[in-house]
Amino acid sequence: MAIEVRIPTILRSYTGGAKVVDGAGDTLGDLLVDLDSRHAGLRGRLVTEAGALHRFVNVYVNDEDVRFLGALDAKLSDGDSVTILPAVAGGAFGFAAAAAISQHSAAAAATSSHSAAAAATSSHSAAAAATSSHGAAAAAVSQRSAAAAAR
Amino acid sequence: MARYDSLLDACGGTPLVGLPRLSPTVPDGAPPVRLWAKLEDRNPTGSIKDRAALFMVRAAEEAGRLRTGDTILEPTSGNTGISLAMVAKLRGYRLVCVMPENVSTERVQLLRMYGAEIIFSPAVGGSNQAVATAKQISAEHPDWVMLYQYGNEANARAHYETTGPELLHDLPTITHFVAGLGTTGTLMGTGRYLREKVDGIQVVAAEPRYGEVVYGLRNIDEGYVPELYDASVLSRRFSVGTRDAVLRTRQLVEVEGIFAGFSTGAILHAALAVAHEAVRDGRRADVAFVVCDGGWKYLSTGAYGGTLADAEDALEGQLWA
Repeated sequence: MAIEVRIPTILRSYTGGAKVVDGAGDTLGDLLVDLDSRHAGLRGRLVTEAGALHRFVNVYVNDEDVRFLGALDAKLSDGDSVTILPAVAGGAFGFAAAAAISQHSAAAAATSSHSAAAAATSSHSAAAAATSSHGAAAAAVSQRSAAAAAR
Repeated sequence: MARYDSLLDACGGTPLVGLPRLSPTVPDGAPPVRLWAKLEDRNPTGSIKDRAALFMVRAAEEAGRLRTGDTILEPTSGNTGISLAMVAKLRGYRLVCVMPENVSTERVQLLRMYGAEIIFSPAVGGSNQAVATAKQISAEHPDWVMLYQYGNEANARAHYETTGPELLHDLPTITHFVAGLGTTGTLMGTGRYLREKVDGIQVVAAEPRYGEVVYGLRNIDEGYVPELYDASVLSRRFSVGTRDAVLRTRQLVEVEGIFAGFSTGAILHAALAVAHEAVRDGRRADVAFVVCDGGWKYLSTGAYGGTLADAEDALEGQLWA
């Protein structure tokens, strides 16, 4: 048995696109060295030159954050599951209730029209603030929204 | 107390209720392990964010940053926006929310109903982009006041001064406090207070783990950690996936009659994990966790019915907490 490691999208260039890879090691540090032997460069994206976990990287052993389990010294056992994730504000409850985002194909039409509405609102804001330089930012947002709607 | 001079005065003071059916059974003679839910959905706009919104606005007023008629700018599509919109309305401010364009129509409707104006940021960048866009707009509008919940000490202080003392008053035997990790305000404020007052208190964070699209970064350096976050306040931090959050959310309403949003399910999942560990170790535990909001705003996701797999599918790609 080995340790299963889940790789986030942005790091799959190091694993040949693989979403899950196997590794071995008694600690997280050992595991990352082992992984790097087959997926060169991966460790360098997760560990700083000073030898600490990168600030914007979160690593979980069986769903628990390793920073509270000894970080790179966290003990591992065969059968453990290790998940690597980037730190994002999307994990923020400040954005709580932003439910019902339509990412499904079934809801694609709805998303599209909603985005169009979004762009329209944004333009409105831009118009409202046209006396200041804010108009530029809002308009830029609006264009990006429109672009998103067009996809 | 049940009478207040205004809605703002009715913020906080939420009930703490025991969960006798969800609390784990302990062997005969073993010390009790009990779960307690802090019902933050009983706040004026129905979420824990009312506390932070009120404190952030008051702090800005006291600092002279905010005067009647001013504009408040905030990156939020969720509960904070709704809370701020209510507070802004009652205190005489205009509120502009920056949010990802792919949030639900209920969200847009609710915010507009409370009087907020909305600027959309591109869906692709998710909430990171909303924060970045808000910062950009703020720089261009020095007269607009960005309260910035991710870095505003009044957010954490709201919980240091209210949530923490309320918990200790209602549950002096508390051993664990479990809450959601977003802006980190709830955990930082309540956690600091309880650490000062309760020997050996465990402060446990539950953070939602989303589907892949939500982590749409181009590289690690685009990552983001809220300025309020101080890891030394926490004892442990759990990442909770969609399926577990949905399972626990349903269990909470089925077993204990508490209808909550999915972030609460994630928190309950972590609370149950520490409760079961206490049972295994034969230790007494009073585990208090936060019910962030009710489930009403999430009904349209369809994730309250059908199989767990269906629900997981329905929430894929969504910011469900």
